[in-house]
Amino acid sequence: MSEVVAALDDLAVWFPTAAGVVRAVDGVSLQIRRGETLGLVGESGSGKSTTGLALLRLVDPTAGTVRVAGEDVTRWSRRQLRTLRRRVAMVFQDPQASLDPRLTIGASIAEPLIVHRLVDGAAARRRRVDELLDMVGLRGDLADRHPHELSGGQRQRVGIARALAGEPDLIVLDEPIASLDLSVQAQIMNLLRRLQRDLGLTYLFIAHDLAAVEHMSDRMAVMYLGRIVESGTPTQIWQAPAHPYTAALLSAVPVADPQVERDRRRIILSGDIPSPVDPPGGCRFRTRCPQARPECAETDPVLAEVAPEHRAACLFAGEAVRAMRAA
Amino acid sequence: MINRDGQLGRALSALRRDPLALTGSLVLVVLVVVGVGGAWLAPSGINEVDVDRMLQPPSWAHPFGTDELGRDVLSRVMVAARVSLQVGLVSVGIALTVGVTLGLFAGYYRGWLDNVVMRCMDVLFAFPVLLLAVAIVAVLGPGLLTAMVAIGVVYTPIFARVTRAGVLSVREQVFVRAAVSVGASDLRIMRRHVLPNIAAPLIVQTSLSLAFAILSEAALSFLGLGVQPPDPAWGRMLFDGRGFVTEAWWLGVFPGAAIFLTVLAFNLVGDALRDVLDPRQLTVNEARRSTS
Amino acid sequence: MKPVLAVEDLTVTIDTRRGPARAVAGVDWAVRPGETLALVGESGSGKSMSVLAATGLAPRTARVSGRIHLLDTELTGLPEQRRRRLRGRHVGFVFQDPMTSLNPVLTVGRQVVEAAQEHLGLTRRAARSRAVELLDLVGIPSAGQRVDAYPHQFSGGMRQRVVIAMALACEPDLLIADEPTTALDVTTQAQIVELVADLQRRLGTAVVWITHDLGVVAGIADTVAVMYAGRILEQGPVDAVFGAPSHPYTRALLAARPDPAAGDADLVTIAGAPPSPLDLPPGCAFWPRCPVRGDARCEHEMPPLVPVSAGHQVRTFYPQATDRRD
Repeated sequence: MSEVVAALDDLAVWFPTAAGVVRAVDGVSLQIRRGETLGLVGESGSGKSTTGLALLRLVDPTAGTVRVAGEDVTRWSRRQLRTLRRRVAMVFQDPQASLDPRLTIGASIAEPLIVHRLVDGAAARRRRVDELLDMVGLRGDLADRHPHELSGGQRQRVGIARALAGEPDLIVLDEPIASLDLSVQAQIMNLLRRLQRDLGLTYLFIAHDLAAVEHMSDRMAVMYLGRIVESGTPTQIWQAPAHPYTAALLSAVPVADPQVERDRRRIILSGDIPSPVDPPGGCRFRTRCPQARPECAETDPVLAEVAPEHRAACLFAGEAVRAMRAA
Repeated sequence: MINRDGQLGRALSALRRDPLALTGSLVLVVLVVVGVGGAWLAPSGINEVDVDRMLQPPSWAHPFGTDELGRDVLSRVMVAARVSLQVGLVSVGIALTVGVTLGLFAGYYRGWLDNVVMRCMDVLFAFPVLLLAVAIVAVLGPGLLTAMVAIGVVYTPIFARVTRAGVLSVREQVFVRAAVSVGASDLRIMRRHVLPNIAAPLIVQTSLSLAFAILSEAALSFLGLGVQPPDPAWGRMLFDGRGFVTEAWWLGVFPGAAIFLTVLAFNLVGDALRDVLDPRQLTVNEARRSTS
Repeated sequence: MKPVLAVEDLTVTIDTRRGPARAVAGVDWAVRPGETLALVGESGSGKSMSVLAATGLAPRTARVSGRIHLLDTELTGLPEQRRRRLRGRHVGFVFQDPMTSLNPVLTVGRQVVEAAQEHLGLTRRAARSRAVELLDLVGIPSAGQRVDAYPHQFSGGMRQRVVIAMALACEPDLLIADEPTTALDVTTQAQIVELVADLQRRLGTAVVWITHDLGVVAGIADTVAVMYAGRILEQGPVDAVFGAPSHPYTRALLAARPDPAAGDADLVTIAGAPPSPLDLPPGCAFWPRCPVRGDARCEHEMPPLVPVSAGHQVRTFYPQATDRRD
């Protein structure tokens, strides 16, 4: 098995707010291996983005540990964190908002080079920026433009070039296609996969789009209310979901085929995701689970293996999904 | 810091379209020319006392008339422009430097630093402007330098507040988080990402504060706490002319008009800049350009 | 059955500082009672603008031409006040972001019936009970109490339900849904889609659903119009368009979505980005990105909309329907 680039162990990230303590992430463990894409899928409020931010220590862990390249970075100082952020880079959801409107494209891409003193001199830096632009499929003369002069897809390519600049061990992709047009989403997904093949990159791909996560990932994890409820290969998750939430999520994804849509039976979840300030006791999904049983209120299920590499946090893993689909 | 992507260019072209702002800028240009070259441009020396031509009304030889010592009022008003400019620039320079620095750190780091700095600013802000200036002058002694320092201190809280408000909104932007994510230091983020993005409100505040600083200097000099005789200053001239309002109106009217015009010009330009550089206006324009 | 809303040769030109932008060009579509028309396209395709123009909500800088029929009335040329009354009485709107559609300082109950009070002349008492009835209709639990709550006390999905209740308050003949689920989570989206389909069955409302999501279209639409750079490139019954997509753009859009059944190959992409409405290509607007370019005329001439099967039209010089399931 290949080397683990980054690992979270029982990570918790809590935020104090006026309404109480928000448990955004509440006991997440995961490992990301070199050269793979780990997909993290969930709805808003699931804690998937906060999990990604924790890998760069852009949020402070309340409990648990964050390890990157074998080192425990959970308690690293501000100065040390700057070196961490060369090893772990990030691509953001909204490419317009993530680029400083007053800086040229070239200046934005060069920022990691300057900050970490990776190349000497303006000429060498310019060459490296050109090279990075070329890697993401943009013309070199775009370096002198400002973000508002580019299309959404081009801006996201700039965001990716900036993430590549420091040759990181891991790139956290936080909803990198969510604000793009459909035809551009495909371009960006293909670009990310090509870069991974060519450069041996490691990704944490965070998205709410199940089909995109399935397409991009080698392994994936489904989050609900601050926890991972199921993990496995995309095929396992897609074909044999073991957690009722995953099954409901999959059944909610629309398919671009009217015949399939007419025949399929949806598992419509009632209500909304509960408040992360006061998550339900026992299993967190039980308040919306069509198969909830009395035991679910008493025991907080842990991730348990249902097949090799495939784990689910449900007392009735597999069985509940079969019952739901039969109902 | 100001002109990296044509903000100044956009401001200038907008000024050209707005007749009031254009008038304001022309007045300022004249003021700068007179301020810099006043001593050479003035038709006669400012301290040429001539008892034969005391308190003469405006004439071709002395367009603004002469004062009680026979000095040419026009020349004194012109030379005094330098004092006003100097006071404006130095005091606002002090306020800008200190206020922006304090506001930047307070807004960026929040927490106790923010509390301490901003409560101090609140205390300063709570005093009536002139009273505070008078108190400072009373401690340091009258004179041009003290007046400038006093006015600078008085206007520091405004800059600190404007800066802090801007920093608070900019630091929540995703691009600041992106800069943190590539490992940029706090100082770099403040200099490279935060300051340029709050330049617009600061430029506007600077132009407005210049007007008020000049007014404050006039008031201090009027009270005898600023420029000391025989050097000319608009406020001082106003003060000296008050005894002659009935028989020599020109002693008060011309320096008063100079103060009025200068303050008005700065305000007009400041208002126009506020419209052009309004950050919301800016985002609307940029959004429009990027979607079209 | 007669259409509820029909547009013919609808063209919308917006004057900008950099010249006229042609947002919609020569668009025809119609929606009948109980039917759902889906307008699909990427941002800037003119899908929203064509509906806003058809209902008189286009921005002031827009010039609208063509014929627009709402029920039996020709809207073009009508005075603004009459148009507004017709719209208020017969058309309900649901927009993308439920938070901006709701006034944060009014209770949801008051907002839901505000329009109805104006158009139907309800008393206060009747209005309140109507509000409860509507909130109940859109599936808001304990509507009797929630009627006095404020928008911020609702979740995103519940807010969108409130907006739908608002849109239905006047019992409209037509519901315009402009990306109503784009801001919502997928499980919430499924709830809202289900709700609208159910309401449509019960009330017989016609629906125009504007979206970029082909999956949603497949689930809700009876007819589809695929728009690109202000024009319809393909339209027809949903089964025909999805089963035998005939325009290269439609085919590319369908292929651009990752399909879990389809293995690990790279996605089919469309190179480049849509053209600016200020600077449209002379011929087919899709030509610069088209992977087919089946006819030399495409570059310089706009291809006509031609029928390929019953009700199924494609803008092309070389009609040949191909079955996607081959």
